[in-house]
This record gives sequence, C-alpha cells and structure tokens, in this order.
Amino acid sequence: MGANFFDEMLGSPDGCRVPYLGLRKWLDETPPELIEQRRLDAELLFRRIGITFAVYGQEQAEERIIPFDIVPRILTSEEWARLARGLEQRVRAINAFLRDIYGPQDILKAGILPPELVFANPAFRPEMMGRKVPGNVYVPIAGIDVVRVDPDTFYVLEDNARTPSGVSYMLENREVMMLLFPELFSRHHIRPVDNYPEELLATLQSIAPPTAGSEPTIVLLTPGQFNSAYYEHSFLADKLGIELVEGRDLVVRDDVVYMRTTEGLQRIDVIYRRVDDDFLDPLTFRPDSALGVAGLMSAYDAGNVSLANAVGTGIADDKAIYSYMPEILSFYLGEEPVLKNVPTWRCREPEALTYVLEHLEELVVKEVHGSGGYGMLVGPASDKAMREAFAAKLKAEPDNFIAQPTLALSTCPTWVDSGLVPRHVDLRPFVLSGADRVRIVPGGLTRVALKEGSLVVNSSQGGGTKDTWVIDG
Amino acid sequence: MLSRTADNLFWMSRYVERAENIARVLHAASRMASVPGTSDGITNEWESALAASACLDAFVASGREVNAENVFEYLAFAEDNPASIRRCLEIARSNARAVRTALTYDTWEAINGAWIDMDRFRSADVSPSGLNRFISWVKEVSLRVDGSAYRTMLRNDAYWFSRLGVYIERADNTARILDVKYHVLLPETEPVGGGLDYFHWSTILRSVSALTAYHWVYRDSIKPWLVADLLILREEMPRSLASCYANLATFLDELARTYGRQGESQRQARRLHARLRNARTEEIFQGGLHEFLQSFIAENNRLGTAITEQYLV
Repeated sequence: MGANFFDEMLGSPDGCRVPYLGLRKWLDETPPELIEQRRLDAELLFRRIGITFAVYGQEQAEERIIPFDIVPRILTSEEWARLARGLEQRVRAINAFLRDIYGPQDILKAGILPPELVFANPAFRPEMMGRKVPGNVYVPIAGIDVVRVDPDTFYVLEDNARTPSGVSYMLENREVMMLLFPELFSRHHIRPVDNYPEELLATLQSIAPPTAGSEPTIVLLTPGQFNSAYYEHSFLADKLGIELVEGRDLVVRDDVVYMRTTEGLQRIDVIYRRVDDDFLDPLTFRPDSALGVAGLMSAYDAGNVSLANAVGTGIADDKAIYSYMPEILSFYLGEEPVLKNVPTWRCREPEALTYVLEHLEELVVKEVHGSGGYGMLVGPASDKAMREAFAAKLKAEPDNFIAQPTLALSTCPTWVDSGLVPRHVDLRPFVLSGADRVRIVPGGLTRVALKEGSLVVNSSQGGGTKDTWVIDG
Repeated sequence: MLSRTADNLFWMSRYVERAENIARVLHAASRMASVPGTSDGITNEWESALAASACLDAFVASGREVNAENVFEYLAFAEDNPASIRRCLEIARSNARAVRTALTYDTWEAINGAWIDMDRFRSADVSPSGLNRFISWVKEVSLRVDGSAYRTMLRNDAYWFSRLGVYIERADNTARILDVKYHVLLPETEPVGGGLDYFHWSTILRSVSALTAYHWVYRDSIKPWLVADLLILREEMPRSLASCYANLATFLDELARTYGRQGESQRQARRLHARLRNARTEEIFQGGLHEFLQSFIAENNRLGTAITEQYLV
C-alpha cells in the first residue's frame, strides 16, 4: 500500500474508515472465487448489453468495453453535501463567465483575465458574441472532474463544459452492481442516481425557446454510431424518451429546425447536441462537415431552437482559463471557492516556464486544449529522453501548456487478477443547470487507473470505472 | 418516427430474414447433393444454391470453383459476399445498433448476441454435421429475433416497419427457393416425376418446413403443381407468397391508419395481394413457373422501393 497516498477505505494502513466498514466486512466474508465469478458476470453483462466505447486510431478497436471494477467507491453524505455545494458554485461561475465573455466582457475590462487568452483561443467562438442564449444558460450539462488528496481536501482537476460524457456509465454501473451484489445494497443506505434522466429532461425542457409549446420536442444529436460515445448517446435518448438524430435526419426551413419522420417533417425545439461546435452547421462553422445541419445557427439566432450545451462553451474548460477559476469565481459571485483549484503554472508566463522546465520531474504538464490524457507528460513516470523531448515542445509553444504538481491522488481498493489492491481514482459528478435551478444527482462516475501506480484514469488510456455511492449515516 | 429509424428497422429484419433463408437454401442444396444424382455424376445442386441466393454471377466472377466447400464458405462466411450469412448478420446488427433506442432490450440482445456468437463459426466446418450445426444456429437466431420482437415490441409503427422488412424479404426468398427447382436440372436419364424429381420437390418443401403441411393440405403424393400451389397461393401457409402479401397489406394498412394517409405502397400491396388471391396454379404453370416467379420477384422489389419512397427517405 503506497504510504504516501490517502486510501479511501483504509485511511491508514491499519484502519478502516467508518463508511467502508460494511463493505470491508463483506469483502472479508466473501470468498475470492465468488467475487471473481461475479466480476466475470459483470463483464459479460456489459458486453451483452453492448456498453462499449470506441478508441480512435486503433484497428478493430471500434468497440471495447470499459473495464468495470466491482469494488464501489463510497462518499458520506457530509462529504457529498460539501462537494455538491462546491460543484453548484463552480457551474454558476462558469455560466456567469460565459455570459460575460460573449456579452459585455467586464472581466477583461477589469483586467482580471488577459484578453489574448480569450481572443486567441480556438475554443472561443466570435460568432457567439452578442447572441442571446435561451434561459441564459450556456452549460446545462457540466462534468466537473474532482480528485481527493486527504480526508478533507478535494481539488477540481478539470471543468468539462463542452459535451461531457460518462453519465451512462454512472447509471449502468449502478444497475450492474444492484443486479450482481444485492446483499451489499441491503446493508447500506445508498442514495439513488436513477433519477438522472428525469432531471436531465427537466433541465432541457426548462431552456426550450418561447416558440415551443408546453411539450417541447427535444432530440439528442449524435455524430453517429462510429463516435466513441455512441453507446451513451443512444442510452440517454432511450432513457429520456427522445429521438436520437443525426445531422442527416434534420433540415432547416425558414429558420426552423425539423426532423424527417415517416409522417413528414416535425418541428424541433431543443437539441441536446453531442456534436462538437465545429461540425454543427457547415454554413457557420466547418463547411466540409456533414455531421450537423445547414442553417442551424440561423434558426438558433432566430430563437427557434435551443442548444445544450451552447456553442462556444469550450472556452470555459480550457486549461489556461482553469488556472484563473478562483479569480473568476470571486469576480462573479463574490464568494470563496468551496472546491480548490490545483495550483497551476501557466507556461505562457516566463517565470512559470522557467520553473516548470527546472522541475519537469515532479510536475504533470498538460496541453491547454488537450483532452483524454493525450499530449501530457507525467513527470515522475517519465524518463530523461521523454522529458527532453517534452521540454523542446514546451519551449517552442509555451502558450500551449500548463503544469501542475503531481497530486497525491487518493486510492481505492480495486479488484484485479491478484486480488484487492489500491488504485488511484478520480470522480466526475454531473451538474445540470436549468433556467429554473441546478440539479445534481448524488455520486458521479468514479474512474480508476488500473495500472499499478498510474495516475491516468482516462478510458482511452486503459482506465476503468467504479460505482460511486453516497451513503447516509 | 424518424425516417432513418424506420429504414434501419426495415432493413434489420430483412437481413435477419435473409440470413435465415440463405441457411435454408444451403440446407436444401446439401440434402440434394447428398443423394447420388446420376451415373455420369453431373450435379449442380451447389450452383442452384448460388442461383437461389442471387449470388451465382458474383461467385463466378470471384474465380471460385463450384464445389460444396467453396459454396458453403461463400454463402455462409465470405467477407467479399455482401449477401453471406455473416455479412447479413453484421448489417442487421449495425442497423439495430443505429436504432437501438427503437428496439426492445430483448430484440437488441438477440441480434447483438448473435453477432458475438457468430465468431464461433468463423472457420467453415464443411462436414455435414458442421454445416447442420451452423444452419440450425442461424435458424435459431432468426427465431429469437422474430420471437423477441413479437413478444416485446409495442404494436406501433416501429413494429410494423420491422414486419414489412420480414415479409418483403420472405416473399422474395420463397419465390427464389421455389425457383431452385428450375435451376437444378434433372439429368436426361431421370424421368420427370421420377424418384430424383420427387426428391428435389420434397427437399424444397422440407427447406421451408412445409413437408408436413403439404401432407395435411393435399393428402397426396408430392406433385410439382401442388408444391407451387402451397408456396404461392395458400394463405394458410405462412411462408407462401399469398400469406406474405396478406401480411404486407395488413401492416401497410395499419401504417396508413395511424398516419392518416394512404399511398403508393398500400395500393401496390393490395393489387399484388388480390392478384395472388385470384390466381390459379394451372395458369401459373401455363405461363411457366420460372417466368411467374421472376416477374413476382421484380414486382416485390417494386413494392420495396415504394415503401422506401413513401416512408424511409
């Protein structure tokens, strides 16, 4: 057991934290063969249901299942209450920031944020300047990545304000756990998460344009079945009871969006889009894209359709902007952040760059616009050659990188071939912001780095997932 | 419902049905081939299987030699044959995956599970028992998909479009299986109505699970015009052309009622259904069975096109 890491079950090498006592007892009582058998059952179940994701750039890897770990991760309701407060606060700030950036830009005028960080940023969409966003909500669906370093400290690692994915795994993990380990559920008071689709639907309804009737027509726009998150798209459409559409199913006539149905054209009011900004409308964005629908943005401008999330929200999950989140939060809300930021060096600042270059061995260096664990250097796990190569990239394009200390991410007991071992975890809760209120279901997606010592939990990098329990008492 | 969804449902069931029918054709061919044909050893049962599956030209063009092993491989597994059973199941699964929200869990599971299990049969075991195991498995898959749809899907347009796919494809395939007899030439030494001829017709009946039905309906020895009567005109025979058209007309009418609009596909289906109801076997044979079947297949295709134009694009 890595002595330097906080273990969420054991706390210290010889103890067991109170919320985990029941689970610990169950793990001790249950024969390893039985656990292993259930693990195999779970895998088969995932495969049969077709809960898959695609890994780009790998032949035949079109459909992989994300490894599922059967040992749940537990949070107490007190821990959750604090987290939820911080998450809501964070998303309120993000929405205020986006309203401002695409509106009066007070934060730039106040000199809090360097303007070039916004204007030179590819995630910034000048097309959105001055556009009115339905319900004034830019980010109805946010995924905030949180890590833990000790019993009391959670850090926000990353804000995902574009089209965060993973919520289907949160829901399916719970389904599978309840199916395979009913005895665990009878021993704990676990707060349910299965109302998420209902909350999502209410959120989407709340941002429907005024032209929509009392029952707005909502659709989920997917790039199609070869997209890595296609399973999630179809899963959510199913749970929400809405159509899963592709760009070719849609058509815009006189600034109104319709879908082609067996009964002719049907008007659409809200689009939960899982297609990136660039591909939404070839008339406004990339002209070579066939994933979206021509004229969508003019329908949007005319106020005839709402998009969730709004266009241009990527500016808020940019890692360089992230480093300013404490300032952003206090600028708009006048509050102290409940959840801390990880200390961050912006390599665009010369002193920071010098420091980073001198301390590569200790730091994690990330691309500002990168995602999914690509294009990063994990200092402690790197060798000299890797560091030298990365230093060259850093010097060539310092603006493109930030660096953070290697956090002592907490570990959670995880079932692998050799039995129970500690593995690093993070947590992605999903925050829903409607025009009416903010909704968060208790829990989220816990991702676990399955490789020993690894800090990278992304599914594209071989990470797995766990069920996440918020328990009462 | 989205046109694309309806389209995927329609083709999903067509491809599952097609996979089953190719399995049935293979079964018929292997039975025919297992009986010594003539003294000069000329047999073309395997070629007839290719012809019945509309694959003969492509098979020949691929440079393969017609023999049991090659034809089985080609019809069951070949990646380069867009109509092989493997490819049919792959396309059906891809269609299902594209619209899994419109499917019940059971139906999706039946198709997805079949696609996963298909790997077990990847290597062609052409021994009679290997072939039979594979054929039974394909029929079971089709049963499972059909049965789960029947038992779990809401009776709404999603179900009707998937049914339309089944019956368009089944009508096509029954016509083709019946036409096999045209392609299996009787050796000159064999009399029409003789032992081998009898065997061929009974094999056709058996391949569509209609041998017992034949005896029930006619209480007679197997005669070509009665086999044709059963598989073309008898509505109580579930794979017959008349039965397929009764179903097509019914489900198209359901759609028209739900959507409040009649169209070309309703008119075409009713027209063809009426023609089948009024036809007599004698007339069919006078004009030539093969010619009748070929023109039916073309008309059936036209109905498919009409459905597509009316609903699916």
